[in-house]
Amino acid sequence: MSEEVIKTDGLTKVFNKHLTAVDHVNFSVKHGEIFGFLGPNGAGKTTTINMLITVLKPTEGKASVLGFDIAKQHDDVRSVIGVVPQEYTADEDLTGLENILLCADLYGIPHQVSKERAVDLLKLVELTDFKDKRVETYSGGMRRRLELACGLINRPKVLFLDEPTLGLDVQTRTATWDYIRKLKKEFGMTLFMTTHYLEEADALCDRVAIIDHGKIVVVGTPEELKHSLGGDIITLSIKEDPDVSDLIRSVENVKEVKNENGSYRIKAEYGEVTAPFIIEALRKKGYTVTKLMLTEPTLNEVYLEYTGKSMRDTEESAEAFRSQRMTMRRARA
Amino acid sequence: MSKLNEHRASRFHGIWALTKRELKKWLKEPIILLMAILQPILWMGLFGKAMNIGNMFSSSNINISNVDIPGVALIPPQSGSITVSGAALSQMFSSFGPTLMSNIFGVADYFSYMAIGMISFIVMFTTMFSGMSIVWDRRLGFLNKVLSTPVSRGAIIFSKVLNASLRAMFQATIILILAVIFGLQVSSTFTVVNILGLYAAVFLLSVGLSSVFLAVALRSTRWETQMAIVNLINLPLMFASNTFFPISQMPDWIQAIARVNPISYLTDANRQLTVLPLNMSSLMIDFAFLGVFAIVFSIIGIALSWRYLTK
Repeated sequence: MSEEVIKTDGLTKVFNKHLTAVDHVNFSVKHGEIFGFLGPNGAGKTTTINMLITVLKPTEGKASVLGFDIAKQHDDVRSVIGVVPQEYTADEDLTGLENILLCADLYGIPHQVSKERAVDLLKLVELTDFKDKRVETYSGGMRRRLELACGLINRPKVLFLDEPTLGLDVQTRTATWDYIRKLKKEFGMTLFMTTHYLEEADALCDRVAIIDHGKIVVVGTPEELKHSLGGDIITLSIKEDPDVSDLIRSVENVKEVKNENGSYRIKAEYGEVTAPFIIEALRKKGYTVTKLMLTEPTLNEVYLEYTGKSMRDTEESAEAFRSQRMTMRRARA
Repeated sequence: MSKLNEHRASRFHGIWALTKRELKKWLKEPIILLMAILQPILWMGLFGKAMNIGNMFSSSNINISNVDIPGVALIPPQSGSITVSGAALSQMFSSFGPTLMSNIFGVADYFSYMAIGMISFIVMFTTMFSGMSIVWDRRLGFLNKVLSTPVSRGAIIFSKVLNASLRAMFQATIILILAVIFGLQVSSTFTVVNILGLYAAVFLLSVGLSSVFLAVALRSTRWETQMAIVNLINLPLMFASNTFFPISQMPDWIQAIARVNPISYLTDANRQLTVLPLNMSSLMIDFAFLGVFAIVFSIIGIALSWRYLTK
């Protein structure tokens, strides 16, 4: 088996002839790694995943999963992958166990085998006590775990997770991360996940690709990406009105200054040493620094750097998405 | 073939798994099941007993007064006029009324005529809503999940067709039982084996009709659209058929529609198998039509599902 489990070559999806959701994307995922697809909502993450899991046909370009062409050998691809979709797709009227067995049936797994596996999987996701309860009585976290169990029933070599923790509370999210880490360790599985939670990508992923407007802007390990920013971030505000960007820029080791509505975002090497010099330079000209914050780069900064969007924008749309999901759930009830 | 996957789903495996899911959902909802039983009872009561057509052809409720007939109308003509008593007229009507009824409807009582039509009615209603479930599966993400498994696209559609057909056959059974309880009068050519023929006919129409409605719903994400389509065509389709009234009494243009309306063929086949005397050649025509209808539209449905389920 090749080291590259997933490989794309100019993968493109155009909807309705003019809406380019994914634009000539090239990347590869190595065996046994957790690969994160990070980007704002509408960046093309889900479209990419849907092409890789053979639900959408690419408009242009090629991709392969475990060496199988996603367009020509889709049945082979389908039988070796597991999918944990963004939505809660389990059937509400059926019990947890019935849902898992239904998934098993869809893969053609014989009943004796699927029953054994279901018991193991229910234990893994800690739903054994609820297996005979209808899914409509499950909480969000339980549903997410059930989706995970369904996605694992065919012992996939590659697991695709689309926003695995969207809309979950902090505890459940952390618990889900633990499951994902466990999967990687116990089954040596390759995982491909999308997320717009930066801390999630930072905590879980071996490598991250940032995608925006259907294009991959950067790929690397979280460490590499942070390092690529070349320095720390100093955020400061001054009491006075005039723009002092040029003054700050003249300080040694300062690489970049951005004035964001009176708050200055400064990229500087050796931030802890440079910050006092900046304060000194400002004071000499009669300005008073009211607030100063020094941060080592996180994926947050990387994200901002490459997508040009602050996290708040995407958080808001996530909020909208969640409320939409609530409506759907109500419609289902 | 790859060695990576230990198990391969056969085509039928997927169909059965998905059909089982739908049937389980159905059986788990006692209200839906109860409705499925209550609906035919209500309809039979209303259509069969309230539309008391048989009564129109009997003299029991008409009060005919004495009639004067001019002598010139008589054979041979006579002068003056004679008076015929209402009672005598009433007696005459009661002798040719049932003949008239039987000439128009082919049966002596309207209830038997209608009860079999009711089977077509309920089959039509049950199968027309089969498109709704695929719209919901798409909206709730279940469809995408199934599409990412090795289940064939055709199996996804066919399981829904099968499910709609099984439901329709279940409801047809309830109607039949109710009809017998309420006094269905079978013809002299009826045998128990005919019931199998009836099920076969119901199955064929269900397969055809649900394929049509599933094909319409393949790419739809709005159940409102489905509702609108169903509501637009269900009643016209029912009235332009022999479900409740014989085609022979309709104006030509409606007759033309009724003659290509598959509902008419199901109803005719079922009547011949139960309440009307069996005419082998016309029964064969009915079955041929229903068979072609089912085959053509299920093939179209499955072909479209290959093309359109994956965007």
